[in-house]
Amino acid sequence: MDLETLKSHALYPPLLLGCVALLASASLALAASATREAIREAEARDLRDSLAQVLPAGYADNDLLADSAQVETGRGAPLTIYRAKRDGVTCGAVFRVYGKGYGGEIVILMAVDQEGVLLGARVLKHTETPGLGDKIEAAKSDWIGEFSGKSLATARWAVKKDGGDFDQFAGATITPRAVVNAVHTGLETFRQHQSAILGRPADGNFSSLSPLGERARERGEFFPNETFSQEKEHGS
Amino acid sequence: MNPSVKTLVRDGLWDNNVVFAQMLALCPAMAVTTSGANGLGMGLATTAVLVTSNVLIALIRRFVSPDVRIPVFIVLIASLVTVVDMALNAWLHELYKVLGLFIALIVVNCAILGRAEAFASRNGALASFVDGLAMGIGFTFALVVIGLIREALGSGTLFAQASQLLGAQFAFLEIRLHNHGGALLMILPPGAFAVLGFLLAGKRVLEARLAARKKSSATAAPPESAPSAGT
Repeated sequence: MDLETLKSHALYPPLLLGCVALLASASLALAASATREAIREAEARDLRDSLAQVLPAGYADNDLLADSAQVETGRGAPLTIYRAKRDGVTCGAVFRVYGKGYGGEIVILMAVDQEGVLLGARVLKHTETPGLGDKIEAAKSDWIGEFSGKSLATARWAVKKDGGDFDQFAGATITPRAVVNAVHTGLETFRQHQSAILGRPADGNFSSLSPLGERARERGEFFPNETFSQEKEHGS
Repeated sequence: MNPSVKTLVRDGLWDNNVVFAQMLALCPAMAVTTSGANGLGMGLATTAVLVTSNVLIALIRRFVSPDVRIPVFIVLIASLVTVVDMALNAWLHELYKVLGLFIALIVVNCAILGRAEAFASRNGALASFVDGLAMGIGFTFALVVIGLIREALGSGTLFAQASQLLGAQFAFLEIRLHNHGGALLMILPPGAFAVLGFLLAGKRVLEARLAARKKSSATAAPPESAPSAGT
């Protein structure tokens, strides 16, 4: 039986399509497993690079990737934080925040010192319009560099159009607004969960406690639903 | 039917250019050409996928029955793009960070399906390879031209951030024309339509002129000295 008669059989097209789909899925699975380790390594390297970017040079003397922890914020998934330490004392924390941009989720890495002042922020991943919204990348514009050194008290965390301190871009407001709001939320999360994020005992005495925290502590329910667990880095 | 390499290259680059003649793949051509470097990145990634998909489809063309050819091609192209995406992410991570935005868009690039259907499913693997390469380079050329015009008018630069795409040794490509910003409209979608419209009109005028000149010289010149160019 030659190929032409085989092809004219009613079952040939569906079987062919099935086989192609099967082969395609198999090759995708193969490619996925072949690249998984390399992608994870590349992303870990990226993370290390980004951590180095949001923290001023020489700010920490530990390997932040090895000093990570999960903090429950009571909102969604637990927050993974990386603690910056100098001489064994936590002097800041780095964590991710997420914004909803024009083209999808924007992932931002931000570093905060122990007083809640932003040390730096970088956009890790986004799908904003190339040429318009991608100025949030440090490589394309120094817009996000403006964030460093600001805190909840010293800046109005909104774009100028909304009465805040941060520039929007010509032709793109949603993207910078999403970044500013996400960093703002990150700073508030830090304020609310400061001791858990810094890995200090909850009864510690801080100069920069938020009014909310003070009230909660007076009522004897300081961070009631916070758990934090030290988590060593798995693999490298 | 075995088209010559010269015809294939000429078709891909000019006569049957994906964007300027076939008017295919206009979505990526408009969306990413906010700068020359973006156009170049998208063009190169598309060329890679186009060449591979053309060869693959030419190889299996005898087994594909006409009823299911489109779904078969789509499955192949989509898998190919995903594999390219993962491979770049794993082994060419720096490039991936620049191109990552564009790669997924290649799946919906109808030029690739168009070449699969119009060429690769009817020709041998070698010819399909040449066709894919020529079409890809033609597409890249179109994207770079549109991107450069929009970039020059819209932000006053040429090939800005090309070194991110090609490596630091290509930083010399980056030229700042002036510091007055530019017409934002050119960076926004309407700029893409305007530039493409003018380019298409320009191509038509040029071709009409060339045809007219060829015709007049063919009639005026004596037969012995007929121009050899433009066969």
